Amino acid sequence: MRLIALFCLLLAVNGHSLASSLGESLYQKNCIACHGADGKGGVGVPLALDSFQAQASDRFLRNTIKFGREGRVMPAFKSLSEDELNALVGYIRTFSSATPPTYSQKPIKGDAKLGAQLYAKNCAACHGAEGLGGKGTGVTFSRPRDLPIIAPALNNAGFLKSASDAMIQKTLQQGRKGTPMVSFLKHGMSKQDINDIVAYIRSFEKNQQRNEIAKDEPYYLEAESSMNLEETVASLKQAIVGKNYRLIRTQNFDNGLVKETQEDKKKVVVYFCNFKLLNEALTVDPRVGLFLPCRLTVVEHKGKVKIMAINPLHLSRFFNNDELNNLCKGMRETYEVIMEEATL
Amino acid sequence: MKLNRLKVFVLLAGLSLSTLVTAEEMFMTRTQQTFPEAMLALQAEIKSHGYKLSRVQRVDIGLTKSGYKTDKYRVVFFGKPDEIKWIADTYPEWIPYLPLKIAIFSEAQDTLLIASDPEKIFLTDDPKLKKVLARWKKDIGSLLNKMAELKE
Ligand code: HEC
Ligand code: HEC
Repeated sequence: MRLIALFCLLLAVNGHSLASSLGESLYQKNCIACHGADGKGGVGVPLALDSFQAQASDRFLRNTIKFGREGRVMPAFKSLSEDELNALVGYIRTFSSATPPTYSQKPIKGDAKLGAQLYAKNCAACHGAEGLGGKGTGVTFSRPRDLPIIAPALNNAGFLKSASDAMIQKTLQQGRKGTPMVSFLKHGMSKQDINDIVAYIRSFEKNQQRNEIAKDEPYYLEAESSMNLEETVASLKQAIVGKNYRLIRTQNFDNGLVKETQEDKKKVVVYFCNFKLLNEALTVDPRVGLFLPCRLTVVEHKGKVKIMAINPLHLSRFFNNDELNNLCKGMRETYEVIMEEATL
Repeated sequence: MKLNRLKVFVLLAGLSLSTLVTAEEMFMTRTQQTFPEAMLALQAEIKSHGYKLSRVQRVDIGLTKSGYKTDKYRVVFFGKPDEIKWIADTYPEWIPYLPLKIAIFSEAQDTLLIASDPEKIFLTDDPKLKKVLARWKKDIGSLLNKMAELKE
């Protein structure tokens, strides 16, 4: 009897450490890039704070991982099994000694109309109009920003599927110590005010706003020029400067890859930049380096001279960032206007 | 906006694109090395995987000169000259996406590295190009894994 008990105990201990090493390796593969080695955050929000862990139920964590946050950078990890999700949650729990809560899934009654007014006054400055989230995400240590942690989107299917009314209520009542999110009970709201806001946040479910990229976005942009290659490059540079961009470099396409004497002079790259826009884009998503620098390429191919560009929207669809999609729509238009002017 | 002379080509090669972003849409790696160490290691990994580094764009320098605050931020361009030439000559439409690149920037004590998944960006039915893309993907994954394993 004793032996069996001991055996069971050993098995339990072993099972636990197995789960945590699975959790650790899953975290390192899937989460560490954004949330940091010890859960302190980065492109993603912090996961290690006691105040967060004391409010986040296991169900909330599991669902957040499974559903992600559409359009808000955090991916959906749809292919993880229940065991893997549980292992990940177990690993995230090692960041903090706070006791995980459990919540009733019962809806909380409140007046969403009153909640909307309270929201506009008290929350929109950080969480965005209609709960669309702050500008940018996470903590980001690489540049100055409005807030040490950018407020998550609340009008977001992944958030709404994960957080119960009771969890949202508790978050508003207690705030999150160590973040800009304060306790609204301590800031003069009544319990009923808070319930009204919870009802308003829940009403976002019927009013989802997304800024997705059309399936049939072209992969690249191209305009034919009636001038020769040199004239087209000159005309392109003029059009770029005319649109308030700074030319940063003109080079042959294969410069740096082949010997200078062997470079292909029929493919010329013009790099340019507008640092104000770039700074804004980096605030929205620090990963935008993959779009940089702005570039148009003049190519002579089979007797025709063309100006070519990436379609920024073809690239941005992999970033899961609706705000970035917006910027990329603007960028695509800018490329098109410049190409059009340069080939007139 | 009305575009008359601008032809925007829609290549619908019958390839299905999922709009739902799942986990493995792009490469994102964190290394515990500081930026200068990581930058050196990255260049060495690119070379040891058989690729040539063509250029480093110093994004942070331009920003700082224009009065914006930022930590270290670079974009590293690389490729295999014969492969890049072959694609540029055979499929000029992909020229704007070449050569390959990795964005590298510091985040506090760590350094982050970002790359696109070539199989998601370059859509094609050509088995020869597909093979190249699969190898690029494998190599980028491998060199970024090496970066992730580096310790302080
Ligand atoms: C000063 C900025 C600020 C204000 C004002 C603010 N919040 Fe927050 N809020 C935050 C930040 C930052 C977080 C993320 C905290 C963290 O990282 O755990 C947050 C978190 C939350 C969360 C949890 C989201 C999640 O993904 O876990 C909810 C819900 C929330 N806030 C609702 C509100 C409501 C409702 C109001 C108005 C009554 C409000 N907040 C006001 C900054 C703010
Ligand atoms: C590409 C970056 C990225 C990756 C990878 C990522 N996350 Fe996130 N995560 C975010 C961002 C950004 C948010 C906040 C969303 C917002 O601002 O609306 C977030 C939010 C969360 C939240 C909610 C936090 C809160 O305060 O409510 C949890 C939990 C979470 N992530 C866990 C994970 C786990 C576990 C993984 C790995 C399986 C992971 N994330 C991978 C970027 C990421």
